[in-house]
Amino acid sequence: MINYDIAVIGGGPAGLAAALKAKELGIEKIIILERAETLGGILEQCIHTGFGLHYFKEELSGPEYAGRFIEELKKTDIDVRTNTMVVDISSDKVVTAVGPNEGLLKIQAKAIILAMGCRERPRGAISIPGNRPAGVMTAGTAQKYVNIHGYMPGKKIVILGSGDIGLIMARRMALEGAEVKMVCEILPYSGGLARNIVQCLDDYGIPLKLSTTVVEIHGRERVEGVTIAKVDEKMRPIKGTEEYVECDTLLLSVGLIPENELSKSAGVDINCITGGPDVDEMRETSIRGIFACGNVLQVHDLVDYVTLEAQLAAEGAAEYIKKGEEEKKYAYTVNQNGVRYIVPQKININADRDVDLYFRVCQIYKNAKVVVKIDGETVISRKKPKLAPGEMETVKLKKDMIAKLKEDSLVEISVEESL
Amino acid sequence: MIYDVAVIGAGIIGALTARELAKYKLSAVLIEKCNDVAMGTTKANSAIVHAGFDAVPGTKKAIFNVLGAELMPKVTSELSVPYRNNGSLVVAFSEEELPELQNLLERGIKNGVKDLKILSKEELLELEPNISPEAVAALHAPTAGIVCPYEFAIAATENAVTNGVEFIRNCEVKDVEVHDDYTTLITNTGDIKAKVVVNAAGVFSDDIARMFGDDTINIVARKGEYYLFDKAVGHVVFHTVFQCPTPMGKGVLVTPTVDGNLLIGPTAVDIEDKNDTSTTYEGLMEVLNKAHKSVPTIINTRDAITQFSGLRAHAKSGDFIIGFSEKAPSLYNLAGIESPGLSAAPAIAVHAAQEVANKLGLTELKEDYNPIRPQPIRFRYLDDEEMAELIKKDPRYGRIICRCETITEGEIVEAIHAPAGARDIDGVKRRTRAGMGRCQGGFCSSKVLEILARELNIPYEEVTKEGGNSRILYGRTK
Ligand SMILES: Cc1cc2nc3c(=O)[nH]c(=O)nc-3n(C[C@H](O)[C@H](O)[C@H](O)COP(=O)(O)OP(=O)(O)OC[C@H]3O[C@@H](n4cnc5c(N)ncnc54)[C@H](O)[C@@H]3O)c2cc1C
Ligand SMILES: Cc1cc2nc3c(=O)[nH]c(=O)nc-3n(C[C@H](O)[C@H](O)[C@H](O)COP(=O)(O)OP(=O)(O)OC[C@H]3O[C@@H](n4cnc5c(N)ncnc54)[C@H](O)[C@@H]3O)c2cc1C
Repeated sequence: MINYDIAVIGGGPAGLAAALKAKELGIEKIIILERAETLGGILEQCIHTGFGLHYFKEELSGPEYAGRFIEELKKTDIDVRTNTMVVDISSDKVVTAVGPNEGLLKIQAKAIILAMGCRERPRGAISIPGNRPAGVMTAGTAQKYVNIHGYMPGKKIVILGSGDIGLIMARRMALEGAEVKMVCEILPYSGGLARNIVQCLDDYGIPLKLSTTVVEIHGRERVEGVTIAKVDEKMRPIKGTEEYVECDTLLLSVGLIPENELSKSAGVDINCITGGPDVDEMRETSIRGIFACGNVLQVHDLVDYVTLEAQLAAEGAAEYIKKGEEEKKYAYTVNQNGVRYIVPQKININADRDVDLYFRVCQIYKNAKVVVKIDGETVISRKKPKLAPGEMETVKLKKDMIAKLKEDSLVEISVEESL
Repeated sequence: MIYDVAVIGAGIIGALTARELAKYKLSAVLIEKCNDVAMGTTKANSAIVHAGFDAVPGTKKAIFNVLGAELMPKVTSELSVPYRNNGSLVVAFSEEELPELQNLLERGIKNGVKDLKILSKEELLELEPNISPEAVAALHAPTAGIVCPYEFAIAATENAVTNGVEFIRNCEVKDVEVHDDYTTLITNTGDIKAKVVVNAAGVFSDDIARMFGDDTINIVARKGEYYLFDKAVGHVVFHTVFQCPTPMGKGVLVTPTVDGNLLIGPTAVDIEDKNDTSTTYEGLMEVLNKAHKSVPTIINTRDAITQFSGLRAHAKSGDFIIGFSEKAPSLYNLAGIESPGLSAAPAIAVHAAQEVANKLGLTELKEDYNPIRPQPIRFRYLDDEEMAELIKKDPRYGRIICRCETITEGEIVEAIHAPAGARDIDGVKRRTRAGMGRCQGGFCSSKVLEILARELNIPYEEVTKEGGNSRILYGRTK
């Protein structure tokens, strides 16, 4: 058993930023455990630009963004173990990891920062009927084949799901000379960032078919085509709208799932909407001393927010180590009309700082108002020309508002449609 | 050369029969048209070791089912195949269904099934608290179990090969020439000669028989569709839960699998095309709706990880067809082996091998026959010390390739180099479980592809999902 102050699980942008921030705050023994051969997480395969506009005020590629943190890391004495997969975390903060070089590693940490990212939802989770040939894969897997291995997973592509990875891959495959026939989206709107729809589809003449899904996959050995159909409001296929589309590949971009198997085994409470842990404003989970940040907590569309969230978690962990387990009293955030979820789920009423609330809306709104109420009293009301589920929103609760919170106070956010 | 026996089809029936034949001093070859073992019905079924109360007393189905279920613990332990004796329940959801339970109980007793008992609602809910409160009673069969069917066939083939049987894959029997003392099998990869031919070709067994001039067999492919769920809901039931057959149709079952997932299904629809294992919207909806009746709380498709379908080889005559053909004396048929074929397989194999050996007059047993197929390393089941030691010996066991199921590079390499080993991505999956978890290979399939290319010394583009034209990649990027 080796002792560390902080063990960071995952070396993507969240884990990197968290470790660096904790070091900056004077924490001595920090270790990052990463199962891949390299640091950087999902960014390593995102060779497109569009990272860092908020944080660095520059437009970087994924590897460049991660690279900045990795360079910083080299200047510190933070212990980094790549090729090392964490297989268990216990509630008393013993971390078990496995690697070809490390063998079996047991670490007793004072605090743990969870930064394991997320995985893609596979075909089975959305039950597409038909055959099960080669050529059906998630957009992220295809991205890995193209950008890391340098191989084409197909030539005639249909993409199901208009999440950001699907949009990015539509452009990537088109640039590589593949024929990208269409992107189908079962919802009446895209779940991706507006800028990605313009830059990845519109600019390449790739049609986006809304309220449309794939109802059957054809081909015994390799995909030969798919049948698409329009769906009704309840997302059921409408008979008579079926259309056969010839293709050799179906890429799926149908959602991301935070990777919380380890968190669950440690006993951390998981939120059924975000799929990530319930946390307070410092990103502390239901187990004191275990923090979470990045995609393992909530699926982010911008890495800049991941970085900020990771720094908060690091601050929380540093404080926990320095001050020990101080008693916390909580107020709770509640998603009301039109709001799907809010992170954090609870706020320490003695936080004594500004608190940003991150949330996503349930549908597209035009000219709506975001209203924040504390115990029934409106404290913020802000006009928004457009709100979309694909873009994360934030509101800031100023320190003086936080000071007014009492134990079990309710902080509600709702969307009001102006008529 | 002329083999003593050629077995056509490496499903569970052909594989176990080949293994039994390997006990005798004779030469045998196992021929499979696909790139791997267990590519037919054996990879897509309910995986239940039925207790044996379903079949009509006196039929081959009844006799071999009960015998097969009895042999199951021994055979699966020799072959290191996951088997669990979890017991089964047939649940009645109304008073009208009670006579059917009684009927099944009496049939079971006649078939020789042990320890059958009808449970009251209270007893049932105590055993299975997640079962619908609509349930009124259930038939409990403690001897029933679950097994991993494809691993069973893979292990049986491995063991047969270790004991001298030859295994030829990607070899499809297209026609035959029957001679006086041997038969020539004409295949896409050349001729194979054998004195006796065992027909274990599943839904295609009537086609094989017809090649021999035996047109007494007619097989209908009857499709069954399934949903497989995440391990997170694998514990909602402990037993295999059946519904009573009603005039409205056969019910569906809800069962844990040996690996801890939850399986629900199947439907039953006769189809024309014996290669059609597609799933359908209607079929999948039917499975969900019917399973809901047994276990109302769980069936949330959010937890689904895959859907699939398998084809029952239903013989129009109703019963299993086991024995030498009356039309072609060198042909031994194992046809129409629909459910409970998996349960019956160990007993069918013993019987078939005996009859074939008798016919050949080669009943002498090999002295060096080894019934044991050693347990492949399963990293996830080791304790901390064993893990540490294994990685020290071979670091490849420290590199976790499939994160959902915790499968290491060492296990994948072992599966590729095993006798009759994996040649494609699905073959690795069936042998090791890499790619069988909740992300369905999203993370590991590219790594498995790399390992297959390296170990088989083939380019990336030649690695397939399941043989044939099922390649994954189309050449380099620009
Ligand atoms: C295709 C794509 C395009 C995107 N485009 C943009 C864009 O243009 N602009 C932008 O700002 N953002 C973009 N994003 C979003 C942003 O990159 C992500 O939100 C961010 O990478 C999430 O960071 P993370 O550290 O939480 O997760 P990850 O980057 O996923 O890192 C998690 C790390 O944890 C490791 N890990 C997990 N489990 C274990 C374990 N048990 N043991 C050890 N290690 C473990 C993983 O290997 C991984 O390295 C994009 C994302 C994707 C996928
Ligand atoms: C929906 C469903 C549910 C079931 N549930 C259960 C259950 O719970 N319990 C139970 O006991 N049984 C069950 N069964 C039955 C059981 O699965 C079968 O009895 C068993 O798998 C049959 O094995 P097999 O070897 O005969 O056929 P298969 O596994 O189909 O093997 C036949 C093999 O022959 C090969 N082949 C065919 N033609 C040729 C050729 N010309 N040349 C070379 N090779 C050829 C095929 O490729 C295939 O690999 C179920 C079946 C289905 C469909």
